[in-house]
Amino acid sequence: MGTEMDKVIVCRNLTKQYGNFKAVDSINFEVNAGEIFGFLGANGAGKTTAMRVLCGLSYPTSGEAWVAGFNVYHQQEQIKKHIGYMSQKFSLYENLTVWENIQFYGGIYGVPHAEIRKRGRELIVSLGLEKEMKKLVGELPLGWKQKLAFSVAIFHQPRIVFLDEPTGGVDPLTRRQFWELIYEAAAGGITVFVTTHYMDEAEYCNRICVLVDGRVEALDTPSKLKSIFNASSMEEVFYQLARGAKRKSD
Amino acid sequence: MIAVEVDELEKRYGDSVALKKISFEVNRGELFGLIGPDGAGKTTLLRILATLLLADKGRATIHGYDTVREYRTIRNLVGYMPGRFSLYQDLTVEENLRFFATLFGTTVEENYGQIKDIYDQLSPFKRRRAGKLSGGMKQKLALCCALIHKPEILFLDEPTSGVDAVSRKEFWGILHRLKRQGITILVSTPYMDEAMRCDRIVLIQNGIILSIDSPAEILQRYPGPLFAVKADDIYGLLKFARELEPVELSHAFGEYLHITLKDKRAGLEQLHVLLEECRFPGLEIRRINPTIEDCFIRLMSEPELNGNRNG
Repeated sequence: MGTEMDKVIVCRNLTKQYGNFKAVDSINFEVNAGEIFGFLGANGAGKTTAMRVLCGLSYPTSGEAWVAGFNVYHQQEQIKKHIGYMSQKFSLYENLTVWENIQFYGGIYGVPHAEIRKRGRELIVSLGLEKEMKKLVGELPLGWKQKLAFSVAIFHQPRIVFLDEPTGGVDPLTRRQFWELIYEAAAGGITVFVTTHYMDEAEYCNRICVLVDGRVEALDTPSKLKSIFNASSMEEVFYQLARGAKRKSD
Repeated sequence: MIAVEVDELEKRYGDSVALKKISFEVNRGELFGLIGPDGAGKTTLLRILATLLLADKGRATIHGYDTVREYRTIRNLVGYMPGRFSLYQDLTVEENLRFFATLFGTTVEENYGQIKDIYDQLSPFKRRRAGKLSGGMKQKLALCCALIHKPEILFLDEPTSGVDAVSRKEFWGILHRLKRQGITILVSTPYMDEAMRCDRIVLIQNGIILSIDSPAEILQRYPGPLFAVKADDIYGLLKFARELEPVELSHAFGEYLHITLKDKRAGLEQLHVLLEECRFPGLEIRRINPTIEDCFIRLMSEPELNGNRNG
């Protein structure tokens, strides 16, 4: 495992089976430190299942995987401490204030009190939320919530953050501000693992992995994938790969 | 022939303004897109047109019928697919369809021709409960239920949100077939790329219309050249470009940054000169055609840009 120090995620023949159904079918990939890694697939391709294993929320059936250097079979608790997680569906507590959410998340991840106060203040200032600090998160516009949710997800300075469809529905300017936060985090050494339905958003990633029927069907930089598939956009690449899926997302 | 006429519609929820004096027209047989982010006012507008919500001011007509006084007539003319999945989750596919047909005093058999194309893909699952369908299938079933009374106009509220790229593409294929049958379609979406598949679009933001035209016209109105720039360190390049005085707008756009210069006559050479000083490894600069998303960002930034110019 010492050889994998700069690899933040390593999957070797990782498989998750429910009965006879292979939701994740022997996948292999590695994610480098500071990389923005896009994880794409049609509904039902196995993205969520794979991500749950990598987040230490479910055990694989076979194969191996390490996240932040920890094994997915017997170091799940360590994994959870070293990752951040954000999704559009669940991220912040709407009926807590901005400040309470920061305190709460900092608290569960074991950030010392003094640190929470200091870094919490810095965060509020950098997001320009000084006036909203005591407002309930539910009252904030969606774009602000997303930016806050991302910042909270990396508040404990994890080695890797998992973003599960983070940016649906916001305007194009707000989406760009969100991606700039991601760039900033990656430039600071945090690895970003992101799933999205927006194919144009996939093009922000350093590398992209496309899952079809539980298997890795393509893995490369967006420009390489586009040239391999002779496509002008990731949308076309994705379409060529995913339309062959047997597992219709029924 | 006008299918939908919207005249200075206004709607508030408490202090927040959802629609500010919105006016536009949709022609019969048109595939018309409402493009805008969450909170732009798309759902409010569609609900008013579907006679499910009352506006505070202004009026709207559907085929000449008033949305307030003649709502009963309108409800028979219109098929509405709400943004949130609103079918009965514990009824089967077949039962949902039959239920909606009965509501409108018709039968599935009588209007089967209307939905056959779409329903063929659903029929293997007709005894499955609606709640157990995938996103793409739910969306097709909802469309069938909105079509079963043979409406002349369809109002679709974000039908492709949260649906994968393959299903989205299929869905737009279906919309084009419906349009060929003469159905007027008013569809809202937060996906800018879908705008290109409409005959005409309105771009809405915060209850205001930013622009209304055919996608091609909107693209054509983009002022001055647009450049795509990339380097190995894209974030470094973005921070650098933002600080350059001649740069007007600079935004991340996937692998590239999209940059415009204040001087609209300036070309590729000027941008080369500006950026090459910094010797970013892997620097690449091209002139490109704007997308609808570029236009949207530009229109959203305009108040600020004009402010800077005047100040």
